[in-house]
Amino acid sequence: MLKMESVHKVFNYGKVNENHALNGIDLELKDGDFVTIIGSNGAGKSTVLNLVAGTYLPDYGKITINGIDVSNWPSHKRAPFVGRVFQDPLMGTAAEMTIEENLSLAYKRGQKRGLKLGISKNRRDEFRELLSWLDLGLEDRLDDQVKLLSGGQRQALTLLMATLGKPEILLLDEHTAALDPKTAEQIIELTRRIVEKNRLTVLMVTHNMKLALEMGNRTIMMDKGKIILDLQGKEREEMTINDLVRKFSEKSGQELTDDRVLLAKD
Amino acid sequence: MWFLNPGFYIKTLEEGIAFALLALGVYLTFRILDFADLTVEGSFPLGAAVVAKLIVAGYNPFLATIIAFIAGAIAGMITGIINTKLKIAGLLAGILTMTSLYSINLRIMGRSLIPLFRERKIFDAFEWLFGSNYVVLLTLILIVLIIKILLDYFLHTELGMALRATGDNPVMIETLGVNTDLIKILGLALANGLVALSGALMAQYYSSANAQMGMGMIVVGLASVIIGEVFVRTSKIPFATFGVILGSVIYRFAIAISLRLGFDATDLKIVTAALVILALGAPSLRKFMIQDEFAERLLEEGEYNA
Ligand SMILES: Nc1ncnc2c1ncn2[C@@H]1O[C@H](COP(=O)(O)OP(=O)(O)OP(=O)(O)O)[C@@H](O)[C@H]1O
Ligand SMILES: [Mg+2]
Repeated sequence: MLKMESVHKVFNYGKVNENHALNGIDLELKDGDFVTIIGSNGAGKSTVLNLVAGTYLPDYGKITINGIDVSNWPSHKRAPFVGRVFQDPLMGTAAEMTIEENLSLAYKRGQKRGLKLGISKNRRDEFRELLSWLDLGLEDRLDDQVKLLSGGQRQALTLLMATLGKPEILLLDEHTAALDPKTAEQIIELTRRIVEKNRLTVLMVTHNMKLALEMGNRTIMMDKGKIILDLQGKEREEMTINDLVRKFSEKSGQELTDDRVLLAKD
Repeated sequence: MWFLNPGFYIKTLEEGIAFALLALGVYLTFRILDFADLTVEGSFPLGAAVVAKLIVAGYNPFLATIIAFIAGAIAGMITGIINTKLKIAGLLAGILTMTSLYSINLRIMGRSLIPLFRERKIFDAFEWLFGSNYVVLLTLILIVLIIKILLDYFLHTELGMALRATGDNPVMIETLGVNTDLIKILGLALANGLVALSGALMAQYYSSANAQMGMGMIVVGLASVIIGEVFVRTSKIPFATFGVILGSVIYRFAIAISLRLGFDATDLKIVTAALVILALGAPSLRKFMIQDEFAERLLEEGEYNA
């Protein structure tokens, strides 16, 4: 369903600070795959997601979604296929607009937007139902501006919006990293439910090794713009966090020195 | 005394209403799109130039006014294209269009001033409806009211909501499939169309078009938007746009009264600019004040503790 073939991305090409952020990425996801991505800072994890979303275009290589070559499609053109949640809860919603308006914007994902009223009374019940499914009491606050919500509530709303309008791929970039541990746990739980409900194909970046092994069916490890480890099936099931840290040193020839990873070991 | 004369109020109200369209245009770019657009300084006199030229050439003033709107919209589109396609910063894009418009406006007019005293104007077309006493005021109110309602409606359509989201959070709305470049171009076109319309009405109101009449218009627009926000404190669109119109009228009264009180007309621009600086800078100024207050309180508490 999603395929990346020898994808390269170079930032500041030809300048002194030239940075080969992705150095030949080959990755193929099947329908319904849930892939967690780990790796040290600057390994290129976010860049992979940015390339799938179309925020950046590859400098070399090919990206296909459902067999369609989307390598040079800008992000708005890929919206019908790709939903996205960022690390920063402020990034995924329009703060000045109401919850209902935000949901309505997401509802029209990838469709033509014309001169019909953007909010329809018929959809209100549907939205209310979706919000009550989140179980955060947002169903009674459709007319509240999103800026009045807490970070966790905003992230939950973003998750909902990222999966409205039937995208097939969901991109999660450390989407719980800015939340307190308890809220993060809630959002993770919500993520599981929403992915299952919509049968999505997922790419999730995390610094939490435990989560990386627990969630989904496949884990890839990145270093210096390359995929250095691709775990699935039995090998993945038997993997412990310590094995994973050891694997990292083995494959990359260096210690895993990411504070956040080490802290998140338990 | 001037303030006992109803004519003073009517005239000032008329100006405030005619300038309200300029303020609505600035509101659209500055507040909704989050884009500081200086094209305004050129599209305002562009509207005046186009309408004057066409009226003198014998066009129906109604049609001439509509064409002025379209001319302004094209100017806004050009700023939008310079900004989004050529990736030139918004402020600079506006300045470039504004500067070009200075030459273009003079070309259109053929000289720096076109008088319209003897020509038919848009107000004459409404005499059958409003009679002749208050026809100017009522025509202006009618036009602004219709545009306000259309604008309110538009901002609640799918497209209008995409426009608001583009100003609010472009990254997010892009991930939902909206081409924010096109939306920005559309917003700038609409805004400058309104500004040119304002210029076209002003030219007919003053019975002359002047190549210099755009000077300081961006600040006039900003001042109106900000004054409006003082009186109408809500982000609900219909109220906000009403606030902008109100702000424009209040601003005109402030200016008219200052003039009557003996202020020099040439000094009013700096007064307006100071007003805008104060209003936009208020949050930062307040922060300093709170810090001072807090420091004082700490000192006092320190004394008590000692
Ligand atoms: N827009 C950009 N311009 C220049 N360099 C960039 C840009 N985006 C990313 N990079 C560089 O590309 C490399 C990979 O960055 P990326 O954000 O993908 O890392 P990451 O694996 O997500 O790291 P982190 O764990 O810190 O989020 C880094 O060296 C980064 O500095
Ligand atoms: Mg990252």
